[in-house]
Amino acid sequence: MSPGARPGAAAIAPLHVAALLATTLLALLLALPLLGLLVRVSPGELLARLGDEKVLEALRLSLATSAAATVLVALLGTPAAYLLATRQFRGRPALEVLLDLPMVMPPTMAGFALLLAFGRTGLAGRALSLAGISLPFTTLGVVVAQTFMAAPFYLVSARAGFAGVDRRLLDAAATLRAGETQRFLRVVLPLAAPSLLAGLAMSAARALGEFGATITFAGNLPGVTQTMPLAVYVAMQSDLDAAIVLAVLLLLMSLGLLLAMRAATRGAWPGLARAGRPDPAPAR
Amino acid sequence: MLDVRIRRRLGSFELEVALAAPRGAVTVVVGESGGGKTTLLRLVAGLLVPDEGRIALDQRVLCDRAAGTWVAPEARSTGWVAQDYALFPHLSARSNVAFGLRALGRPRAEVRERTERALTRFGIAEVAGRRPHQLSGGQQQRVALARALVLDPQVLLLDEPLAALDPGSRRSVRGELRRLLDGLPCVTLFVTHDPAEALAFGDRIAVLEGGRVTQSGPREEFLRHPGSRYVAEFLGVNLFEGEIVERTGDGLAMLEAGGGRLAVPDPGAAGRARALLHPHDVTLSLEPPVGSARNLLRGAIEDLIPEPPAGERVRVLLETSPPLAAQVTRAAVLSLGLSRGREVWASFKATAVELLPS
Repeated sequence: MSPGARPGAAAIAPLHVAALLATTLLALLLALPLLGLLVRVSPGELLARLGDEKVLEALRLSLATSAAATVLVALLGTPAAYLLATRQFRGRPALEVLLDLPMVMPPTMAGFALLLAFGRTGLAGRALSLAGISLPFTTLGVVVAQTFMAAPFYLVSARAGFAGVDRRLLDAAATLRAGETQRFLRVVLPLAAPSLLAGLAMSAARALGEFGATITFAGNLPGVTQTMPLAVYVAMQSDLDAAIVLAVLLLLMSLGLLLAMRAATRGAWPGLARAGRPDPAPAR
Repeated sequence: MLDVRIRRRLGSFELEVALAAPRGAVTVVVGESGGGKTTLLRLVAGLLVPDEGRIALDQRVLCDRAAGTWVAPEARSTGWVAQDYALFPHLSARSNVAFGLRALGRPRAEVRERTERALTRFGIAEVAGRRPHQLSGGQQQRVALARALVLDPQVLLLDEPLAALDPGSRRSVRGELRRLLDGLPCVTLFVTHDPAEALAFGDRIAVLEGGRVTQSGPREEFLRHPGSRYVAEFLGVNLFEGEIVERTGDGLAMLEAGGGRLAVPDPGAAGRARALLHPHDVTLSLEPPVGSARNLLRGAIEDLIPEPPAGERVRVLLETSPPLAAQVTRAAVLSLGLSRGREVWASFKATAVELLPS
């Protein structure tokens, strides 16, 4: 029986057939390429090619940069999301739009903008070069590009998580002698944790898959800025097998992050919905 | 002694409260929903800042707007039990109770010892490992109380502690709560919209009407001298508001109220007046009574309500003009054959009516 059909429904509604058809088409569109990728390489072959220097180099670089970007996103994004979720201030809507913008921005455009800002002649670039830091065409640049593109995914989820923490639990914590820091660490963080972890997984996946901004801003230097997505693109034209192995690895890692995100969301505290419900008639 | 004199505006509503609550007693603040009761508790807890005024506990000023004194909620030593308890959903009952001691940074052994003692005292040791959503309403309430009282607060704030319970468990929890609150050394401020709760819990009662305390004092004083229609209604007393239309010269006067005329003691002047009549001063009969009662009204019985605890006394609501509530014994209800819709005579002496200063 199709999902949502009522038991005992005699005739299948035409709308149902249409929905079923559409879902099947969409699933095929998404599944076929993945299948095509997976049938091209056997597990044994995959393992054998893992030792390949070209593959290893890209894998190492991708893991290091996306891990660094994710940590950066967490460190900067957590306080920012908390501020945005809990404080009212002038210009907050504008700030929210600004921080969300990379989510809908074409990545190559983002990379180009980063280059203009942090390039040798760019506004921030000149200041950074005085401090001896250069971003374009460096591994650090990769991390910056990934952070730029990945941060909004964490911010959106973390903001929702923080906003969802019942204010009255914080009031209760305050009367129980917990100061602001304690309230944050012992009530807000654990209650928002599922949203934070889900956001972090999304963010890590975005950083791992980043292509456009990276290649525009940081270039495509093997071992320095050539992350896995870039390596897949290059290998497609020279070493198809290496490209397939890299692509399958990326697919598996993304899948892992997606599953982690789903697990985090599902692990939300039971009974939270009840405790967090707004007062039916707000008492004054 | 907790001394509260504050003013706080919330939208178009203004709360202006002067209230004193002694230690070692339960002070109930009773008032209708939306009357500012929760706001008052939040102000005392320091969760809300008053626009003006001062809150002091004995010699310690918790808040004084004029002097710029402000003690943060975590430094006030108030225990707060929210209406739906506000238990931490991510913590077990035990960790909820231990929360405050941990926040204070007490040594681990002390936290464990005091937590276990509180769990036992409140009868929740058995369910201490459960999360709040796995507890019954009564158990949640006890966790909330234990969580607050394990810190030995100077002030305990209870916001409608029985409102979140279903009627079945409310009865048993009410008795438990009364025993728990008895003998607490702190100031206990208990807010409720339920007059019966106010009478059951309040050593002292303060009535909050329209954002102001209209009457406050010991419970006994309340029972004797209810000061407003709201208080009278919640005590089940008849309150007549009307006009003295005639002074008969024999020490009595005629009060026109609620579509009828009543003989009442002469207030000494004509004009508007308010009068009280206790339901047990009303006599019911099936035939016109013979006797000296000056007030005689006839009407159908609207309802019969057995009064708690055992229903030995029955409140009889009458569709007279003005409407009356009488209180008779169950034996009288049976012998007279009183039932809903039956026409009866109600009589009471003019001197049973108490005129209120207006």
